[in-house]
Amino acid sequence: MIIPSNLKYTKSHEWVRLEDDGTVTIGITQHAQELLGDMVFVETPDAGRKLKQGEECAVVESVKAAADVYAPIAGEVTAVNPDLESAPEKINQDAYAAWLFKLRPVNTADLNNLLDAAGYQKILESEED
Amino acid sequence: MKTTSLNQTHREMKAKMVDFGGWDMPLHYGSQLDEHHKVRSDAGMFDVSHMLAVDIKGGLARSFLRRLVANNVDKLTQPGKALYTCMLNPQGGVIDDLIIYFLTESHFRMVVNAGTAAKDLAWMLAQRDEIAPGLEIIPRHDLAMIAVQGPNARAKVWQVIAGAQAETENLKLFQATMYDKFFIARTGYTGEDGFEIMLPSQDAPDFWHALHDAGVTPAGLGARDTLRLEAGMNLYGQDMDETTSPLESGLGWTVDLKSDRDFIGKSALLEKPVKQQLIGLILLERGVLRSHQKVATQHDDNEGDGEITSGGFSPTLNQSIALARLPLTVSAGDEVQVLVRDKMLRAKVVKHPFVRNGKSLI
Repeated sequence: MIIPSNLKYTKSHEWVRLEDDGTVTIGITQHAQELLGDMVFVETPDAGRKLKQGEECAVVESVKAAADVYAPIAGEVTAVNPDLESAPEKINQDAYAAWLFKLRPVNTADLNNLLDAAGYQKILESEED
Repeated sequence: MKTTSLNQTHREMKAKMVDFGGWDMPLHYGSQLDEHHKVRSDAGMFDVSHMLAVDIKGGLARSFLRRLVANNVDKLTQPGKALYTCMLNPQGGVIDDLIIYFLTESHFRMVVNAGTAAKDLAWMLAQRDEIAPGLEIIPRHDLAMIAVQGPNARAKVWQVIAGAQAETENLKLFQATMYDKFFIARTGYTGEDGFEIMLPSQDAPDFWHALHDAGVTPAGLGARDTLRLEAGMNLYGQDMDETTSPLESGLGWTVDLKSDRDFIGKSALLEKPVKQQLIGLILLERGVLRSHQKVATQHDDNEGDGEITSGGFSPTLNQSIALARLPLTVSAGDEVQVLVRDKMLRAKVVKHPFVRNGKSLI
């Protein structure tokens, strides 16, 4: 299982990347993608929406099931990935390239509360038990 | 967990395995969507050995089946001919849906669902003791079953089973024949041409590999479900069960109420007015229809809203489709609203099947 070391993670299988401009980019992990299977529908939040940490803000739906995506930290949505409406399968092809949306964090330090790659790895191992 | 004789083969082929009603079965071998498209455009194969073949042997076989099932086995006059039918309880609910093959006057073969096999057998044995003592009811746990489906399925089977072409190319739909160690039926659950093939369990892995070498794509339960939904075929436990009437489950065509034959459940069906129907839906907005979502109709006359019984994404149509149980007042062309997660989305009522032989019927 690939778990890039430059990203932060949540227990609910989102990945988070801090960008140079201070925004964060959010997607779902390879593990989540594998669990769900072929993606057929993605619903992203509207730009400008203000999200609380843990708020339901997107839906990824595969042939098998729908899964909620939660805001890893509080912030305002600055952009959504325009490719996913017509090509949700991009998440299956590369879960770490097919981002869902970007946030401007209320407090960048909130990122410190998220899991690092090793911490996320432990979550995955505990789920397997 | 129960396994089929192909379990190791699935694992070697990198299948994602799931618990399917106590059976360890392949969900997909990488991509459910690719497998779906392969069946529509070329040929795919499914391990359906979890389903159970049951041989009914003895002079009373036909009269037993006349009473046991809702369709009329007297339609079976030619050896090899198959009949799709429901087996009902006395209340008219569906115990199972199944196929019956007529082999000889003293030998019929049924194929029943995996999840219902144990209760089906218990029910049949109890009925046998009442209606036809001495009749043999033999579960064939020794047989594997592989469905090879798609426009090129038959040709690829003929490549693999030497000599089978001459014996099976004239089989019509819903006909079967024995050839060597194979029981070959021109039936399926995908809306495509193809065969369902029974063979001794121990021979299944070699046969599977030979089909694979001939270019048949392994396909899992995921693709099987989207294919059957597009084909408008019912799934037991979702679209009908012991509490639903076949007449309210899109299965009226399989229930013989014309002949004076008395079958189990008939009197209950005749007494109970039909108020609902199983009909197709196509989602007009983005999203995915799923089973148990509520459907609001414009004709809602306090009969209660309808409900989706099977829903999903149709890879062929590239939009979401469903089977729904709706009031009889609704008809094809109507627009309804479906509660999808927290939103009401618009859907159109359509006649199913949605797809046959690779082509959209919508």
